[in-house]
Amino acid sequence: MIEVGNLEVSFGEGAAVIRAVRGISFEVAAGETFGLVGESGSGKSTVLRALSGLNPNWSGAMHVDGQALGKRRSKAFHKLVQMVFQDPYGSLHPRHTVDRVLAEPLAIHGMVDVDRRIETALVEVGLGPAFRFRYPHQLSGGQRQRVAIARALILEPKVLLLDEPTSSLDVSVQAEILNLLQRLKRERGLTFILVTHNLAVVAHMCDRLAVMNAGRIVEEMDVAELRRGEASEAYTRQLFNASLGYNRARARELITFE
Amino acid sequence: MSQPLLSVEGLEVRFHTPKGIVEAVRGIGFEVGREKLGIVGESGSGKTMTGRSVLRLIRPPGEVRAKRMVFDGNDLEAIDEVAMREIRGRRIAMVMQDPKFSLNPVMKVGDQIAEAYLVHRKVGAEQARKRTLDMLAAVKIRDPARVYDLYPHEVSGGMGQRVMMAMMLIPEPDLLIADEPTSALDVTVSMQVLAILDDLVTQRGMGLMFISHDLNLVASFCDRVIIMYAGRIVETCKASELKQAKHPYTQGLLASLPRIDRPVGELSVLSRDPAWRDGPVVVDGKMVG
Amino acid sequence: MTQLRAWLTADTPVSRNHARAIQAYLSWRALASNPLTMIGLLIVVALVVFATLAPMLAPQSPVAQDLTQRFIAPGTQYLFGTDEFGRDILSRILYGARVTLYIVVLVAVTAAPVGLLVGTVSGYFGGWVDAALMRITDIFLAFPRLILALAFVSALGPGIENAVLAIALTAWPPYARIARAETLTIRTSDFIAAARLQGASGFRIVVGHVVPLCSSSLIVRVTLDMAGVILTAAGLGFLGLGAQPPLAEWGAMVSSGRRYLLDYWWVATIPGLAIFVVSLGFNLLGDGLRDVLDPKSS
Ligand SMILES: Nc1ncnc2c1ncn2[C@@H]1O[C@H](COP(=O)(O)OP(=O)(O)OP(=O)(O)O)[C@@H](O)[C@H]1O
Ligand SMILES: Nc1ncnc2c1ncn2[C@@H]1O[C@H](COP(=O)(O)OP(=O)(O)OP(=O)(O)O)[C@@H](O)[C@H]1O
Ligand SMILES: [Mg+2]
Ligand SMILES: [Mg+2]
Repeated sequence: MIEVGNLEVSFGEGAAVIRAVRGISFEVAAGETFGLVGESGSGKSTVLRALSGLNPNWSGAMHVDGQALGKRRSKAFHKLVQMVFQDPYGSLHPRHTVDRVLAEPLAIHGMVDVDRRIETALVEVGLGPAFRFRYPHQLSGGQRQRVAIARALILEPKVLLLDEPTSSLDVSVQAEILNLLQRLKRERGLTFILVTHNLAVVAHMCDRLAVMNAGRIVEEMDVAELRRGEASEAYTRQLFNASLGYNRARARELITFE
Repeated sequence: MSQPLLSVEGLEVRFHTPKGIVEAVRGIGFEVGREKLGIVGESGSGKTMTGRSVLRLIRPPGEVRAKRMVFDGNDLEAIDEVAMREIRGRRIAMVMQDPKFSLNPVMKVGDQIAEAYLVHRKVGAEQARKRTLDMLAAVKIRDPARVYDLYPHEVSGGMGQRVMMAMMLIPEPDLLIADEPTSALDVTVSMQVLAILDDLVTQRGMGLMFISHDLNLVASFCDRVIIMYAGRIVETCKASELKQAKHPYTQGLLASLPRIDRPVGELSVLSRDPAWRDGPVVVDGKMVG
Repeated sequence: MTQLRAWLTADTPVSRNHARAIQAYLSWRALASNPLTMIGLLIVVALVVFATLAPMLAPQSPVAQDLTQRFIAPGTQYLFGTDEFGRDILSRILYGARVTLYIVVLVAVTAAPVGLLVGTVSGYFGGWVDAALMRITDIFLAFPRLILALAFVSALGPGIENAVLAIALTAWPPYARIARAETLTIRTSDFIAAARLQGASGFRIVVGHVVPLCSSSLIVRVTLDMAGVILTAAGLGFLGLGAQPPLAEWGAMVSSGRRYLLDYWWVATIPGLAIFVVSLGFNLLGDGLRDVLDPKSS
């Protein structure tokens, strides 16, 4: 479904250029959930932003559903690939009602049957029609994230890019959102790329994962290997150990990989 | 623990809204010594408001009342705004929950940290810059000199949190209130940042209020934990005993965690019991009230 | 009544308009809770009412001269007295309100949208669009307002329309600056990214997403600026470059009355007071609006 080949993304120019992503390649099959984990600042969000078309300064090759991607994306592409952001507070316009948030993509793509689609979308994410005319400040973090998911799904995409969708939510809401994503995936046969720091979430959601460090993929593994803690790379082992909880001695031993 | 750094009794925070009064914090009491105190609880349970009220950062329509709120001999309710400003930032610092909202979007992050230093120290700009770079390195930012010149939208989520942390630690406060300081950090960096906080607590005797959603992290990092629900403390316990928590609410939170070692089909979600709002609470494994 | 209130504070609005009504009602409640703001609003509303009803309220024609009635002190016959041509000052103040309102409205509807558009487009698109628009803005900003207005009026000839044009031309650049600064902080936010991902065009994003967020701080700024606009217009009138006699304009009235200030204080003082009160009204209203519309508080 998704093929990324030798993707490079840099910011800035001349001497101050930052190579945020340094030639990474991966493939995601249709219906699969692919996890991206790794150090913060290692370029995970940058990969998603390049893939979704938010950042045009990339080189390499990317294909989604057999189509090669260019710098500018067509409307059809946006119908195919949608994204959910990390921060549920920043991803909804503070002056738009839920209704407006959900109606806008429909208007852009000239879709009909607006009312029915909005109501279905709200029911699907477990909010119900009562939330339709609320403003974001009248919603909790988890409810906002549900709206963001509804917005991403209302165009009926095949691919959903999830950038830490639950890291700012508390654990019980996280459980609700993860269950919701699993259910929607089952019902609609979606393909996910999930960025997260929480290896337990990866283990729960993903089929395979890639570990990133300093702009590169250092290791790809499947979830059974992750559960058994079988990592071949030192960085991955360190990540795995760190996810077992805070430990003073272990924290001292952590090293920075270049 | 000899003399607590901060001691709070009967703290209430309420908001007067057009639709009536919202009670965000309903009469809680706790003490922070030179230790790591974890505060957990679901969204909206009043964790942030508790932290903010210590710094008197709650503005109308919010209203704070406390029977007692004493920080190192200073009655935080009685002192005037000038004295409070002296304490805020310099002696008690707070790492805000949302770094991107708390940083000035059109000012370089390095300059913002240096400014935090200059406000409290009489030093030259050059020295402040140097201190800032050291501080950025201390929170494990790669290439501090580059990050110094970035604007908030150019740093990744995790870098933003560490920038915020550097900004709050640079005046060397006695009490740090950290509101979800590591939620956007990957586990290794988060461990390294926690190790810095750990050192500050054990070596310099700083007090730490560590607000978090991450039960595993709190259990392994903190000394004591308080669990909040609907503006009240429903359970307090030693951090090492969090996994054996007695209150059904705490147990429910623990049960909703995904597991790395074995698959769980559907994650269990919390079903809230109305009785938790005002029912008995658990102190160190014993039901009270 | 209680039913209406319940409808206006409902937790779950049932339609688009209901949601809007609730939002408007809550803002109004916040606005109304500040007595100074209400005084400001009252003054502004009074200005509008007096201006529209001037022909009905004025006891005399504002231009009718009666040299036998010169310099009559304020009293029962003439509430605000008469001036050097024996014209009723009350009537002139009431008709002058029309001129003031005309200036204020015209400046607000020309300068504010232009500034908003230039600023948001410049901030959102960045690059050469930004560079070009901001240089133009800088050029206008480099001139002090009154001087540019003076130059303008002397080039185009004195008159109320040219005065308004001159004021509007000098008023928009600060608005563009504010809107641009605000846009810069908005354009990197996730909700803009989400809109782009849905395939929204740049135009759609600027109009539908950026402008609504910038406009509140702009409304505040425009309201606060209105005092300055009135004073500039009065200043131009005072210098003889704004409204031309015999048109009743407060600044011009102060100007012509100042010669008699020592003997007949009311001729200059009363229009001066009118300018003061209306400026104050706009300032108070602007301050209150700032508290309500500040996006950070919501
Ligand atoms: N607009 C930008 N301008 C300059 N540098 C940028 C920009 N966006 C990202 N970067 C840099 O690119 C690198 C990767 O950032 P990215 O946001 O992809 O990290 P991440 O892996 O998502 O981290 P986190 O887990 O903390 O969110 C960082 O060093 C960051 O500073
Ligand atoms: N300005 C306000 N007006 C009305 N109620 C408010 C206001 N600010 C906060 N509250 C209420 O106070 C309560 C406590 O909020 P607080 O931010 O402390 O929660 P929290 O535990 O920090 O949650 P989170 O984990 O989401 O950060 C919430 O129920 C919230 O609705
Ligand atoms: Mg990221
Ligand atoms: Mg909080």
